[in-house]
Amino acid sequence: MSPKTLYDKIWDAHVVHEDADGTCLLYIDRHLVHEVTSPQAFEGLRMTGRKVRAPEKTIAVPDHNVPTTAGREDPKNMTEDSAIQVAALDKNAKEFGIHYYPVSDVRQGIVHIVGPEQGWTLPGMTVVCGDSHTATHGAFGALAHGIGTSEVEHVLATQTLIQKKSKNMKVEITGKLKPGVTAKDITLAVIGETGTAGGTGYVIEYCGEAIRDLSMEGRMTVCNMAIEGGARAGLIAPDETTFEYVKGRPHAPKGAQWEAAMDWWKTLFTDEDAHFDKVVTLKGEEIEPVVTWGTSPEDVLPISAVVPAPEDFTGGKIEAARRSIDYMGLEPGQKLTDIEIDTVFIGSCTNGRIEDLRAAAEILKGKKIKDGMRAMVVPGSGLVRAQAEEEGIADVFKEAGFEWRLAGCSMCLAMNPDQLAEHERCASTSNRNFEGRQGFKGRTHLVSPAMAAAAALTGKLTDVREMM
Amino acid sequence: MEKFEKLTGIAAPMPLVNIDTDMIIPKRFLKSIKRTGFGVSLFDEMRYNRDGSEIADFVLNQPQYREAEILVAGDNFGCGSSREHAPWAIKDFGIRCIISTSFADIFYNNSFKNGILPIVLPQEQVDVLMKDAEKGSNARMTIDLENQVVTSSDGEEFPFEVDSFKKHCLLNGLDDIGLTMEKASSIDTFEAQASQARPWV
Repeated sequence: MSPKTLYDKIWDAHVVHEDADGTCLLYIDRHLVHEVTSPQAFEGLRMTGRKVRAPEKTIAVPDHNVPTTAGREDPKNMTEDSAIQVAALDKNAKEFGIHYYPVSDVRQGIVHIVGPEQGWTLPGMTVVCGDSHTATHGAFGALAHGIGTSEVEHVLATQTLIQKKSKNMKVEITGKLKPGVTAKDITLAVIGETGTAGGTGYVIEYCGEAIRDLSMEGRMTVCNMAIEGGARAGLIAPDETTFEYVKGRPHAPKGAQWEAAMDWWKTLFTDEDAHFDKVVTLKGEEIEPVVTWGTSPEDVLPISAVVPAPEDFTGGKIEAARRSIDYMGLEPGQKLTDIEIDTVFIGSCTNGRIEDLRAAAEILKGKKIKDGMRAMVVPGSGLVRAQAEEEGIADVFKEAGFEWRLAGCSMCLAMNPDQLAEHERCASTSNRNFEGRQGFKGRTHLVSPAMAAAAALTGKLTDVREMM
Repeated sequence: MEKFEKLTGIAAPMPLVNIDTDMIIPKRFLKSIKRTGFGVSLFDEMRYNRDGSEIADFVLNQPQYREAEILVAGDNFGCGSSREHAPWAIKDFGIRCIISTSFADIFYNNSFKNGILPIVLPQEQVDVLMKDAEKGSNARMTIDLENQVVTSSDGEEFPFEVDSFKKHCLLNGLDDIGLTMEKASSIDTFEAQASQARPWV
């Protein structure tokens, strides 16, 4: 048999049917659902008299537009349109009999944090969700990607997707990371290298010593942003770190099934000599803490750099860079560490897990944020929040001057009231710095949790290594 | 789904690269639970001032492009979120075809599900079509899906590639779910085998 990549192996295990032209029907093991991209899909089922084919494999949680302030169980404390979407999810979950974590449940949170936390996400699975950051689940060696609402309806009705196979891309991070450099810096540095379209048409497998050394939280951060590099999905082969994380989770296999699962999971790696269509290699020790300066996740530079000039680029990027620099209110040549910020957001499916909160708290311990700074922590789930409270991390944030919020997507996409005002500038641990992403005319600099904490203290983009 | 066979219409030029889904339809419009009515909000933050008045120099506000049915766009169009509200807004505005050097994967798939044809061409050909689009409403392009050819207003022809299954669905306005339902017995068989092989799933 010819050698296979990890992606090839998972793909092959899920093909229901293949047409002569290579169009495949792919079986979906887990379907995650949230309130914003699903109402039209459920409505479609109703209009055609169709059922959810596998409700036991379908998990719903409201996250995108729920408020992160107390009292949100009462719809009166939501905006009217948010309340309608959340009520629609409540109704659809009940009517179609799918698993559901309402806002009143401590397990509620961002769908991509809840899935792994509850053991829904397991190695070798296919996982989809009507959200582009579904790539997160690739950290477990699961083939996971975002889909549109028509495809949500397709999966609900048939538990399959019509797909063509992507190409294989390898991203290797060799060596060790230096202190102060995190999974977020890796994933941003990769996008800085490949560009936001560099992964288009590919599924990325991340590998190398620096990836192996990461915790599951860190691996989720890396895979989460595979989509920002244009890839359909990001994958990391499961290993002892993965199995350790999965074991004992509520929906993970137990007993004899655990043993059987482990037998298969241990075969989920790329065979020696398997073919990759594209290979990118970065040296872990050369990666610095990075920040974004523009309005595309590819606008990445080490914190020691300066704002570029449009003329530094070629082709269509010249005009895009000019537009970004203007939108961001920056000057070419300005030192990144001279950029003053007024808002800090720590949270999101990229960096809303316990390890992210610990990393930020480590920097904040015993200190106060700069006067006038608005700083917010939004834990990725109710369970992350509870754990942080138990570990004393919540107190560190509160004493430093951060708001300690309830779980949700919050200011990552600003569909709820957590938004930037015009020209406010935010150091954010989220995943997109697009124009208007965090609020109309708001300005976003993407950073790691430790870098966000450092910026909250100084009021400027700051090299966290100076605080360690 | 509405069929797409052949279209002759006005093409609007949008040379900016990395036009993302937040630009196409900002999130405050995602709170609808319907699939229609998004066209008026297409490109909202580029198209309107805060008071709702139009930004005159935005391409789709210019008189010659208000009826555009084709977009010629910069690289990596539709990057970002999986929101199908983006193609819903494009379609609702009246645009049925987008030409670029590349599209983000999810947006590309979402377009086909909504009767929109995204066409990928090499940079130099997109450059020619961008110039053609800049001529305004007298320059009409023709998109022929059956024969897989874009014809510029000057009569220059640009053949393009499209996945045969996606083409078939678009030409015939087919609903994928119905097609997949016809394979229900294959799904049953797969499920039975998979539950033996991987009972923990």
